[in-house]
Amino acid sequence: MSDLRFTADHEWLRLEEDGSVTVGITEYAQDALGDVVFVQLPELQAYAQGAEVAVLESVKAASNIVMPLDGEVIEVNQQLADSPELVNEEPLGKGWFFRMQLADASILDGLLDQAGYENLLKANG
Amino acid sequence: MSIETPALGTTNEFIARHIGPRDADTKAMLALLGYADIEALTASVIPDSIKGTSVLDLPAGQGEAEALAAIKAIAAKNQLFKSYIGQGYYPCHTPSPILRNLLENPAWYTAYTPYQPEISQGRLEALLNFQTLVSDLSGLPVANASLLDEGTAAAEAMTFCKRLAKNKASHAFFASQHCHPQTLDVLRTRAEPLGIEVVIGDERELSDAGAYFGALLQYPAANGDVFDYRELVARFHAAGALVAVAADLLALTLLTPPGEFGADVALGSAQRFGVPLGFGGPHAAYFATRDSFKRDMPGRLVGVSIDRHGKPALRLAMQTREQHIRREKATSNICTAQVLLANIASMYAVYHGPQGLTRIAQRVHQLTAILAEGLAQLGVTVEPAHFFDTLTLATGSKTAELHAQARAQRLNLREVDAVRLGLSLDETTTQADVEQLWALFANGQALPVFAALAATVASRLPAALLRQSAILSHPVFNRYHSETELMRYLRKLADKDLALDRSMIPLGSCTMKLNAASEMIPVTWAEFGALHPFAPAAQSQGYQELTTELEAMLCQATGYDAVSLQPNAGSQGEYAGLLAIRAYHLSRGDDQRDICLIPQSAHGTNPATASMVGMRVVVTACDARGNVDIADLKAKAEEHRERLAALMITYPSTHGVFEEGIREICDVIHANGGQVYIDGANMNAMVGLCAPGQFGGDVSHLNLHKTFCIPHGGGGPGVGPIGVKAHLAPFLPGHAHLARQDGAVSAAPFGSASILPITWMYIRMMGGDGLRRATQMAILNANYIARRLEEHYPVLYTGSNGLVAHECILDLRPLKDTSGISVDDVAKRLIDYGFHAPTMSFPVPGTLMIEPTESESKEELDRFCDAMIRIREEIRAVEAGELDKDDNPLKNAPHTAAELVGEWTHRYSRELAVYPSANLVDGKYWPPVGRVDNVYGDRNLVCACPSIEAYQDA
Repeated sequence: MSDLRFTADHEWLRLEEDGSVTVGITEYAQDALGDVVFVQLPELQAYAQGAEVAVLESVKAASNIVMPLDGEVIEVNQQLADSPELVNEEPLGKGWFFRMQLADASILDGLLDQAGYENLLKANG
Repeated sequence: MSIETPALGTTNEFIARHIGPRDADTKAMLALLGYADIEALTASVIPDSIKGTSVLDLPAGQGEAEALAAIKAIAAKNQLFKSYIGQGYYPCHTPSPILRNLLENPAWYTAYTPYQPEISQGRLEALLNFQTLVSDLSGLPVANASLLDEGTAAAEAMTFCKRLAKNKASHAFFASQHCHPQTLDVLRTRAEPLGIEVVIGDERELSDAGAYFGALLQYPAANGDVFDYRELVARFHAAGALVAVAADLLALTLLTPPGEFGADVALGSAQRFGVPLGFGGPHAAYFATRDSFKRDMPGRLVGVSIDRHGKPALRLAMQTREQHIRREKATSNICTAQVLLANIASMYAVYHGPQGLTRIAQRVHQLTAILAEGLAQLGVTVEPAHFFDTLTLATGSKTAELHAQARAQRLNLREVDAVRLGLSLDETTTQADVEQLWALFANGQALPVFAALAATVASRLPAALLRQSAILSHPVFNRYHSETELMRYLRKLADKDLALDRSMIPLGSCTMKLNAASEMIPVTWAEFGALHPFAPAAQSQGYQELTTELEAMLCQATGYDAVSLQPNAGSQGEYAGLLAIRAYHLSRGDDQRDICLIPQSAHGTNPATASMVGMRVVVTACDARGNVDIADLKAKAEEHRERLAALMITYPSTHGVFEEGIREICDVIHANGGQVYIDGANMNAMVGLCAPGQFGGDVSHLNLHKTFCIPHGGGGPGVGPIGVKAHLAPFLPGHAHLARQDGAVSAAPFGSASILPITWMYIRMMGGDGLRRATQMAILNANYIARRLEEHYPVLYTGSNGLVAHECILDLRPLKDTSGISVDDVAKRLIDYGFHAPTMSFPVPGTLMIEPTESESKEELDRFCDAMIRIREEIRAVEAGELDKDDNPLKNAPHTAAELVGEWTHRYSRELAVYPSANLVDGKYWPPVGRVDNVYGDRNLVCACPSIEAYQDA
């Protein structure tokens, strides 16, 4: 688990061997949203950090997935279109959202690690 | 206090019909609260800072018979000419069984929006039929459950195209000059604050499709012509633009539907499917699109899901798209549909069926063709070569004279311009009408022979556009063509639903009060129903008198100086109000004022509306008591003082409390250059006691369908007039048929004019004293419920006096931890007790908000409180382990009759399941389905009638 990085928006990032970064939402986020019924995925293009690139709808809420860092989306998880429940079932696995290419992967180190994210959750009560 | 009734008259007699509790009950309720009389309670509830601000000074209430006679006299001043004006509004026949068993039936008109699907299956089925009807006729697979009118539907289509078109660079929207003029006006109003340029032109001369993100075309065109748009649509698509087509549903029974010639959106009015003209509304508009765009559809959408037994069940789909969740990011601020009117249109199609509708359309077309042929023989130039039901005639210098002659015979023709006039035929047109029209143009010539022309005249629809695809093959449109069958179908559907004719609907913030029969009766009088919205003003004197009087009444009720009745929903009122504020700032050169402060507790429609007028939303905090945090508000108002446009605030607050700081809040905004928008959703707590226009509001919308007795109709119609202080009066919505012509927000000048008599009757029969009394009793009823239930459920917010306003919030969150029982479980369990649930999880998640209104008697309040207390005991049994934490009557609620037969496997008795209270044996409401599975429905979206096999398999 130590290879994951997190944002305060409850997204996780994982650096893959090919240098790309996979993005998804955390266990905490999927639990808070409830049953996910629809995922609208980003286009394959470059986005700025903070851009709202995807929409996630549950029966309780509709939320935006924001771009965690500047980068280019190079692949999206097409499985989510037909099986949005994967976000609930395996948020860290088959429920991933997209892969992106960073200009400089070292920027990942600036994000929260597992312990830092858990502290954030505790602080939020 | 009791209001004295003179023995020899009926003055104020209606007050006791409208208000539930009797004098003795009132005394007992006041005693429980510890007040000697209702004036003392009122004095405690209303904060000192706004006490005495009411300017309500109306005469005593008139008896029901006298008020009906008075409004009949007003109605008689409307003159009913035969209308050939068309332009989106056509005379039609409301089938008598639909008039009597649906439009005039409280089981249909007093129902609420179907947010609780288990008690709404009847109207949801009728709406699903409407969606299927629209989808079939338009040729587009996904249709919503109706929008407000054709103009606003077109405006929604424009912003829909903006969101979805590939051409992101363009900010220009092409609107054909062949669209109805009132549609173009609403488009212009909507476009301007969003920075969209509406380019109106002739699509036949379009040079550069690439300049636009979208286009609106009319089909058939407003001049009557039927254009072939296929090539044009392809050009727009090639340029990355989307195309919306405003189409006539009746014509679509004969013509190639928009979906088959490439349109991305079809929209229009379903008025001529059995809904009276009503001087412009209410009518249901429709909106349909491609499957791939369904998640961006504005408005409400009924979808098919399953209940917990796996049986098909209907419910509103994709609720999270609505503005109460998405707020300023919502696709639209539209909350209301036009359910009652959509259901009339739906049943019109059910009753006539595919052959019947086609026959009506063919008859209309045939008569138009005969008329055209005869006119040609008389030497009149009929402009369009092809047409469905509308002709434009080149009448040159005789035009004005022809209009005058027509009026002398009580006929209205469409005024096109100085040298042309228009004629639209409809379902009610007869041979005699055609002959009368010929005579008008004959100028001494012998009239054509109708029978001879009827035998020879050919279709004037373009052969290339004749409809090839079948319509309405679903059994529901082929089964109920005899009146006996239709009557029973309507009864069967109504029986599935829980409306005000069965029990109280204690929905917080919705004010489900009595919709009295005497208020409703004038609505279906021909004098109000059969008037075209663009009839010459001389013919609508009755309506003018009614609206003028109503505006004055509403000014008194609110303390404002001027009122516009045009907005045809609360959301539209908000929109019109913010437009007025925006126009005011612009008129003073304050172009930069674009910040709208909105408290955290606001209804989601507020931020959605602010974004529609191009304002930026800044959210202000609430304190622990649920009140606006004045320090935070002040800080933000000062921070943005150069750009502050408005504050949107609900009063009494969405938490159901009269906030004491309201005057200070308004002063802070004014001091920083902003205007105060007071959302009038909770006006029922203020009428006659305090007036928003007198304690700091610059503009408010009212929900006539809440405070002023217009029924909810199962989810519309609503009416959302706005009141403004004098400085904003010049910026009220205009209309081509009003003195101020700019800024139309609705297609018709008085919006949903035909239901305004309801409010007029209510105010006339209640009088000043009755209205004030109603407010006091609404406050008493709410506080009575709060007091009876507070030892069982914590009441979340009260004023410093321990009192609530006209509604109260029960906190169920602690129960979730101790018992696992959620607010949903309690809401669904109330159905087993025969009640509609209160408002769930608004404004605070995990709570119930209860608003009883003044119309509920003490007996009904007690029945409700007893049910809530028993439910609390059931929860306690779960907490204590006496009921299973999963298999208990709350988790499994509501229980259907079908569950009782066969093996009973639950760990509690059948009696506890369905007769938890002895008095239910006398009159039990049985929900037709068990708890509906929202997840299943939203993951497997189906929005048209499922095949019959789907029901059989289940």
